[in-house]
Amino acid sequence: MATLNDYLLVSGLLFAMGLAGVVLRRNIIIVFMCLELMLSAANLSLVAFSRFNPAPNGLPDTNGQMLVFFVVTVAAAEVAVGLAIIVALYRARQTIHTDELTSLKG
Amino acid sequence: MPSYLFWILSALMLMGGGAVIAFRNPVSSALSVVACFVGLAGLFIGLSAFFVGVIQILVYTGAVMVLFVFIIMLLDLKDEEKAAKPLLPIAAGVVLFVVFTVQLIGVLSRSPNKIAPDLSAKTLVLAANSFPPTSKIATTLSQGKLPDVHLIGHTLFTQNNLQLQILGVLLLVATIGVVVLSKRQAD
Amino acid sequence: MNLAWILLFLPLAVAVANQLALKKTGLAPTLSVASALVTFVIAVLLLGENETSHFAWATVGEFSINIGIKLDQLSTGMMIVVTGVGLLVHIFSLAYMKDDAAKARYFTGLSLFMFSMTGIVLADNFIMTFIFWELVGLSSYLLIGHWYEKDTAANAAKKAFLCNRVGDFGFMVGILMLWGITGHLAFDHMQAGLELFQKANPAICGGVLSAAVLCIFCGAVGKSAQLPLHVWLPDAMEGPTPVSALIHAATMVAAGVYMLFRLQLTLGFANFEGLQASQVIAWTGGITSLVAALMATQQDDIKRVLAYSTLSQLGYMVMAVGLNSGEAAMFHLFTHAWFKALLFLGAGAIIYACHHEQDIWKMGGLLKKMPITGITFGIGTAALIAVPYVTSGFYSKEEILSAAYNHDKILFGIAVFVAFLTTFYMTRAFVVTFLGKTRSDQADHAHEVGPLMWLPLIILAGMAIGSAWITGPLCAIDPRTHAQEHAHGHFVILGLSITALVLGLISGFVLYTGKNQDPLSIPLLKNRFYIDGFYDNFIVRYFQDAFASLVAFFDELFIDGLMVGGLSRSAESVGNIFRRVQSGSLQGYAFFFGLGVILVIYFTAF
Repeated sequence: MATLNDYLLVSGLLFAMGLAGVVLRRNIIIVFMCLELMLSAANLSLVAFSRFNPAPNGLPDTNGQMLVFFVVTVAAAEVAVGLAIIVALYRARQTIHTDELTSLKG
Repeated sequence: MPSYLFWILSALMLMGGGAVIAFRNPVSSALSVVACFVGLAGLFIGLSAFFVGVIQILVYTGAVMVLFVFIIMLLDLKDEEKAAKPLLPIAAGVVLFVVFTVQLIGVLSRSPNKIAPDLSAKTLVLAANSFPPTSKIATTLSQGKLPDVHLIGHTLFTQNNLQLQILGVLLLVATIGVVVLSKRQAD
Repeated sequence: MNLAWILLFLPLAVAVANQLALKKTGLAPTLSVASALVTFVIAVLLLGENETSHFAWATVGEFSINIGIKLDQLSTGMMIVVTGVGLLVHIFSLAYMKDDAAKARYFTGLSLFMFSMTGIVLADNFIMTFIFWELVGLSSYLLIGHWYEKDTAANAAKKAFLCNRVGDFGFMVGILMLWGITGHLAFDHMQAGLELFQKANPAICGGVLSAAVLCIFCGAVGKSAQLPLHVWLPDAMEGPTPVSALIHAATMVAAGVYMLFRLQLTLGFANFEGLQASQVIAWTGGITSLVAALMATQQDDIKRVLAYSTLSQLGYMVMAVGLNSGEAAMFHLFTHAWFKALLFLGAGAIIYACHHEQDIWKMGGLLKKMPITGITFGIGTAALIAVPYVTSGFYSKEEILSAAYNHDKILFGIAVFVAFLTTFYMTRAFVVTFLGKTRSDQADHAHEVGPLMWLPLIILAGMAIGSAWITGPLCAIDPRTHAQEHAHGHFVILGLSITALVLGLISGFVLYTGKNQDPLSIPLLKNRFYIDGFYDNFIVRYFQDAFASLVAFFDELFIDGLMVGGLSRSAESVGNIFRRVQSGSLQGYAFFFGLGVILVIYFTAF
């Protein structure tokens, strides 16, 4: 049987991969996918906590799963808006590579 | 869930995650994300969170990732042209990954471990007592099955109704926002 | 007591209102004159009061600096002079500055001056004296430089300020020394403190006190324009003439004398008996009066004649203070203020009538054209040259002469010779300006000035004659009650001073009646003993320039290079570093974000 720490380890590794991807990829769509990975890694921890910390009646704590439901919903909204922004960006700049988007450079 | 299944699904998920970063073609990356999410959904189901596992497949893999692929198609992106990848971001990413993993292992090795509590039919039948006996949840539980959709719904609509409404508004705003953003500016 | 506080702060309020609110409205002159009138009335009401009150102005630990008011015979009497002359000068200025574009600024300056001078007179401690001492310096600077478009005026203002600073430095050191000796700054406690010090250190007390008094005297040397810091006063005549009358004849320059007398009063006269410092003070005063009188005999500018005359009379007063006869000095200060203000305002009227012509050789015959001015100027001259028995100047000068006679015969000789010179140069000025025939177009077109100008002249003329008799009601210091001092050598003094007067009058009339140019030409005196030239060519060139280059070096290296420049450069380089951080690279930001997360985890979990 897998223990709580196994789940947390896997979740943390996925999160670290997402973070590394955000840092090292230049394609903004892939950066965005990596963000989704990080969100999902968090979801995995939440579900693991819900399973391993049961409610008083012995069932899994549904608050954790409900939070995952919220996260998924917000992430869906975020993806919709984010991709719309990427499309608008592409229209304006003809590129979605982050190293070519440096108008914030001081 | 048997231990080997956990490791297989985890491996699937982590390999998918790694492939997202490694592939140069965005479509390949998107498909790797799908693979990763499938593994993740399997882990959810293994944790008895059936509902979450299903929406992970439905919403993420089915809707969000399709949207990604659709946008990739729309923008008609080629492979990243620059073959020689800059070393600095890669080094930075690897350093972050390594440091984070080390910290993770450090934290986990010092925190108490837990094994999954029992969720056998006996426990479920016992738990039925904490719900009104005629309710759907109680009847399902007394049959020895976990009615997790009902349980989540119960929590959602009894304790978090307001948050749910706000979430609805958020989705509405996002929809309108997307329409406004995607509309071509009239010249 | 509240009246006294109003007396002190009303002019300040008026000055602030003038400068901040009424600049454009044209109300400023009226307001200033009204405030001068009110302060004069208050000063009259306060006559004879004897009180002290103060509030803490700055407190550091147990030590606190007070702003206080001390009313006694000395300060209330002096206030009559300050506010009385001030009021008349304000009225005179209304007419004199009628067409000036910067009237509001001028009257602001006057009100500021009234405030500062009141502060000096009413101060109950030395720190407050010093603060207001600097403030009169400032207002004097502002008023001398009123016509700052003229280089000469701007330079004169600067010169006055710098000369005063030299003296004030000594003054400050002196105040600190006195504080160290007596342990107090308030006048009321100083004598007790001094006695304690005397008991503790009988051997060094005289020397230390002497040094402190001399340092304080430095302040008086600067403000009262004694040798060798006298050079600013003649140049200060570049300012508007009413200002010269108020500040550089009647009140501010007398502040040095006032302050020295206040010092003697505070520490007790007995402590000054036989003090080395007193000798120095007396001789400085005597030499200043002689040198200034000599210079005055060869000046052509009417205001400069009066300026040197003021120097010379101030020399008298300082000498009297040094001879431990401060009462005689204060008495002379009191009478001198009225008649010297009269002379300056008369000169102002002449200058106004002659369209700003100041050279006496371009005037002449003005008595017929401007009878009121002429006669009042004559009265002022009579008071200055001390016509016996009918003028106030006679009584006060007599007191000074008798003080000199009783203490030091050489100084007495100098004083009598100065009296002769005074008569001579004033006769010269009067004869050349008012008698004979006119010598220029401007003087030809001159006519009597308006009532706003001659009214103050007439009042001042009355005071020039009568002020010696009304010292009682005005609470002014009058030493003539000291009968025994008066009796000794009385006739010798009287005889010699009348002889000096007659000789001066005769030589003046004989030499200058009907002349069109100066029959005497003494380059040494005309060039003011070359003192100004010496300052300009020697001190300025060698000391000031060397010092200036040192300061410039310091300024450029330390202030500019290290402090200001260093700060700006370090800000710039820090900015450059952070500019790198603001790379615009998304991945860079994400990396730092991740680094931040790792740090947070490190600090919370480990």
